[in-house]
Amino acid sequence: MNTPYDFDETQVLLRDSLQRWLDERFGFDRRLQLLARPDGLQALWRGLAQDLDLLGSAFAEPAGGAGGGAAEHLLVMQTLGGALAGEPYLGSAVICGGLLARCGAADRLSALIEGRLRPAWAGQELAARHERDAPGSTLLRQGGGWLLRGRKSLVLAAPGATHFVVSAALDGPGGELGLAWVPADAPRLVRRDYRTVDGGWASELGFDGVELPSDALLRGPDGPAAPLLAQVLDEATLALCAEAAGVMHRLLHATLDHARQRKQFGQPIGAFQALQHRIADMHIALVQAEALTWASLDALQAVPAERERAVSAAKVMAGRACRIVGQGAVQIHGGMGMTEELAVGHYFRRATMIEAQLGSVDWHLRRLERQAAAPAAA
Amino acid sequence: MALVLGKADLDFRDEVRRFLDAELGDELREAGRRSAGVFSDYGPAMRWFRILGRRGWNVPHWPVQWGGTGWTPVQHYLFASELAAADAPSFAPQGPRMVAPVVLAFGTPQQQAQVLPRIRSGEDYWAQGYSEPGSGSDLASLQCRALRDGDEYVINGTKIWTTHAQYANRIFCLVRTDARAKAQSGISFLLFDLQLPGITVRPIVSISGDHELNQVFFDDVRVPASALLGEENRGWTVAKYLLQHERGGSYAPMLRARLRRLHRARDAAFAGRPPDDAERRDIGLKLADAECRIDAIEAMELRTLAAATRGETPNPMQPSIGKLLGTETKQRLTELDIEIAGLAAAARVPLAEAGAGPLPLPEQAVFGMTAYLNDRAASIYAGTNEVQRNLIAAQLLGLRG
Repeated sequence: MNTPYDFDETQVLLRDSLQRWLDERFGFDRRLQLLARPDGLQALWRGLAQDLDLLGSAFAEPAGGAGGGAAEHLLVMQTLGGALAGEPYLGSAVICGGLLARCGAADRLSALIEGRLRPAWAGQELAARHERDAPGSTLLRQGGGWLLRGRKSLVLAAPGATHFVVSAALDGPGGELGLAWVPADAPRLVRRDYRTVDGGWASELGFDGVELPSDALLRGPDGPAAPLLAQVLDEATLALCAEAAGVMHRLLHATLDHARQRKQFGQPIGAFQALQHRIADMHIALVQAEALTWASLDALQAVPAERERAVSAAKVMAGRACRIVGQGAVQIHGGMGMTEELAVGHYFRRATMIEAQLGSVDWHLRRLERQAAAPAAA
Repeated sequence: MALVLGKADLDFRDEVRRFLDAELGDELREAGRRSAGVFSDYGPAMRWFRILGRRGWNVPHWPVQWGGTGWTPVQHYLFASELAAADAPSFAPQGPRMVAPVVLAFGTPQQQAQVLPRIRSGEDYWAQGYSEPGSGSDLASLQCRALRDGDEYVINGTKIWTTHAQYANRIFCLVRTDARAKAQSGISFLLFDLQLPGITVRPIVSISGDHELNQVFFDDVRVPASALLGEENRGWTVAKYLLQHERGGSYAPMLRARLRRLHRARDAAFAGRPPDDAERRDIGLKLADAECRIDAIEAMELRTLAAATRGETPNPMQPSIGKLLGTETKQRLTELDIEIAGLAAAARVPLAEAGAGPLPLPEQAVFGMTAYLNDRAASIYAGTNEVQRNLIAAQLLGLRG
């Protein structure tokens, strides 16, 4: 199988050491044990920070990073995807770390890279659907600081987080989008923790007038946070596509193994043409989604219109592939694919969750359609 | 839709509606709405089964002498539609719709008298012992053995995917009684108690976290020779007869009820968005597409009903076509369910707890994901959809199935 990208030596080393650590320390059964409690996420985070020292891989050197970029994020996420370990890296390192880096919050970023801080991204509201605004949250000036009200939903890997990065409308409903840095133990912050379908953890967060100091507002060098957030969420979306590729490789391999070994009517079920065609379609969906994901990497540096177009195309193909590969894997595994006992059901649930995460297939199609309808940039 | 109802049918429908208004309480309706598995939970389903029984409506399709209603096919269809629309719990078919038809067709008068009244009264709850770990689509390769020892059979082996075996007190089982005979020959159909020495039941938790399925182990289990249904080593005939019954039935009433529910879920999910919201409109198109598919399924099912009313022999492909369309449309509806749920579909909380407390989650979203995961089984059970397509193609091409 061709690799989807020309990795350099450092990248190969990063991938292989992470893979080895996951095999040894975060195998399938170990993961289930750890994630039975919400602080299992912490064990994973500590491992990435202390055992592997890889949280800085994608960040610039002045903040304690290793000088890499988005390619490192994708590589880490694809490898983590194969072990169903995408969170908390995606939310805490890619999204929150990316925001801290672009907002010049070097102290907080270096604490994150060392593993001392773990922020979680609290940017979703049910009423907003897949949009990235914050219709139900406000950040009001109060004295020298801020007052945060609102509700955030499906905050992934929130249990155990030290801080939340919260999106809210500045100065009241309809205001410019602002980002607040909120300690997880802030008074008047209420939390409801629960499992997610992929076996991870998430929380509902209620901010019932949370008081914050003046430096709680994250600002970009030019002021408004919205363009920075858009860029970071696109980077995270592409990293999520890479995770999807890691998940789908496992689904496809498990399916191939099963189709070779399982015998019915005196032959391996892989000898039946109906299943052969379905397996071929699964493979095609996976390889084209993976190729487009890595091919879109450079577009992250492009102007917003070009970046959005490329990232949305990648997420559309990855989201579709997740459904084709996930449903196909369960169907070909038969009843066993429907049980908690086999890994395939767990990977299927992660793939299903990725379909809707950071924008559904249709949300990204609509974004592409808007780009196509807009007049071409001069 | 195309069902033209005469006065008698309309009167019947009103009678069913009055009955549901009076007898199907809120608690049972809620249990019906929360049935995100293949069947409703055992407790509420059996409460509802007994309530229907008091009215004489819990085994409507049985012969009248055993407690059936003698309804016309149209009445059966109306009854199913009204129950689905009212969110009535559904009950697992192993007793009333699986073992009952084969006992009626193959049982001795004594077996019929033993089995049928106790299903109808709710005293007996049945499990199905068909699939084995090594025998799914290729059911005839089954290995579970029953050796004749005097006036008993001694059973050794295992059965898997036994729905609700944790509640059942009886099981019907396909077993190999002649190891030397070729695949389909040498199989017998046994009916026996599930609470016998040597039987253990292992729960199987599904990918939704629900426990509906089990694996049952038989270790030198002794059952009386009178457990045999039909002739020894001719059980395959019985098995095939049952599979036809398992694949039959109408899907459109349940699909329509699910579609109505999806419309309500869509309205709730977009309550805070403008009416011309682009995502809302896109989902609207998909709901319309699903409605067309359900219309077509209903049209086919009504044709089948009409043929049955005239006493015509059913088209041999019909059960396979019905199973494919019914299961794949239901799976499509659950895809729309999780699309409507959006972000909230990722939350895995117990249904009854979702909406509770100061930070509630939409119950429908949790239901939708559970249904989506569980319904992946619909294209696997009762003969995989690949096997159904093979059967249809074999019929069309005139090949031996």
